[in-house]
Amino acid sequence: MTVFDLSQMPLRDLNAALHQVPEGANDTGFTVDNPRGHHAVAVGIDRPVSVEIKGSVGYYCAGMNDGGLVTVHGSAGPGVAENMMSGTVVIEGDASQYAGATGHGGLLVIKGNAASRCGISMKGIDIVVCGNIGHMSAFMGQSGHLVVLGDAGDALGDSLYEAKLFVRGTVKSLGADCIEKDMRPEHREKLAELLERAGVTDAKPEEFRRYGSARKLYNFNIDNADAY
Amino acid sequence: MCGIVGLFLKDRSLEPRLGALLSDMLITMTDRGPDSAGIAVYGAAKAGKAKVTVQSPDPDADFSGLEAALKAAELEAGVAVKSTHAVIEVPVEQVDRVRSVLASLRPDIRIMGSGDRVEIFKETGLPKDVVARFDVPAMSGTHGIGHTRMATESAVTTLGAHPFSTGADQCLVHNGSLSNHNNLRRELARAGVQFETQNDSEVAAAYITAEMAGGKNLGQALTSALDDLDGFFTFVVGTKSGFGVVRDPIACKPAVMAETDRYVAFGSEYRALANLPGIEMARVWEPEPATVYFWDHENAA
Repeated sequence: MTVFDLSQMPLRDLNAALHQVPEGANDTGFTVDNPRGHHAVAVGIDRPVSVEIKGSVGYYCAGMNDGGLVTVHGSAGPGVAENMMSGTVVIEGDASQYAGATGHGGLLVIKGNAASRCGISMKGIDIVVCGNIGHMSAFMGQSGHLVVLGDAGDALGDSLYEAKLFVRGTVKSLGADCIEKDMRPEHREKLAELLERAGVTDAKPEEFRRYGSARKLYNFNIDNADAY
Repeated sequence: MCGIVGLFLKDRSLEPRLGALLSDMLITMTDRGPDSAGIAVYGAAKAGKAKVTVQSPDPDADFSGLEAALKAAELEAGVAVKSTHAVIEVPVEQVDRVRSVLASLRPDIRIMGSGDRVEIFKETGLPKDVVARFDVPAMSGTHGIGHTRMATESAVTTLGAHPFSTGADQCLVHNGSLSNHNNLRRELARAGVQFETQNDSEVAAAYITAEMAGGKNLGQALTSALDDLDGFFTFVVGTKSGFGVVRDPIACKPAVMAETDRYVAFGSEYRALANLPGIEMARVWEPEPATVYFWDHENAA
């Protein structure tokens, strides 16, 4: 276990050390003390390291994560786990805007609330939010899953492609081309798997509603001009 | 980009440290905007007295003999010079005359703000240099707001720096950019409002002043700002006894708030709050879009 105290050591040393763990190494555990809202903590991880961050972080924490397990024992600023490829990122507190944006894969778990634009342009990432999410979440989401145990803000899933959205609470409004869809057995099965992977034990798949794309805005059609 | 901060103290024992805490918060935000910086501090009111903070491009010439000149104009004025700024203290009933007397005596002097309690200091340069220049860390007070600027809409000048005064004991800092400020400026100018700059935030400040002059309270003025101002904004607004926060409905300009038994704090980022006493135990949250938040000493008790 390597300990980095960010009040004593530069951030670049931490990120460089995370990038230099040899393949097949046994000691892949890192602890980060005093993050104090630093930006770009634990970005660009490309191997299965485990990073425990003891406090709140600023912009772009765990960005581009590919295979690491990053846990933030606090809240995260804008763009947490942006463009994640694989691995797991867990936020014990809240996340600011565009959490998990453009993510291609992996699992992002937010135990508190997420702000606006959660999962914007998601491309395969799975996101589980235990609290509420803000407006314009999953905007132009292409694939992956967004699971929300609380409520969703305005314009959920606006201009959605094939990302699947599950919300247990209320949805303030749906965005253009986003509609409620039936929960079929395969959706309940997938949702149960996601909840289990996120460590959620107090929610059942039957309590959720599913939202997805009406597929009317994929290609321009003059009849739909008003919807853009 | 810009960085904005605000601190509202509930615990009076923190008041001697207000300037130091707020300066530290602002300096932490330096890399959000290094062009200019400013701070407004609400200190203790003196019975029957009001303060006018002024600025001069040539302080040596403008401030020398100013006190005597004001007294010769039958103003019972005390002048405290701080670098390019000076705080003029006069009896409350004379405060309106200060402006006209200064206009004839020292036409280059600009008024930064006035009121019973507020003092506003702003200049081009880095926050650490600006707060040192005006000795802000030594100031005590009940609450204050600050701004560090990355200029987008107008020139990097002292007058383009924030906070902007929005009336007696009121001022505003802004992170964002307004898109309908030219039109609003024309409308307000037609109604008699005078503008010093081409800055969009000055228009926001003038708008709020005009709304409140029309009878709205600060909360109502901020609520109508949500309808009438087009563009991106996170505003932090200071008043004589409180401070308010509002974000536009898109809310892409960042904002974090923290509250403990001792204070309410605002920062563009959590980093700005990380040195505050007891922050580990604070309730920390992101203010909701299109929602007016307000704290007031007079209503809090």
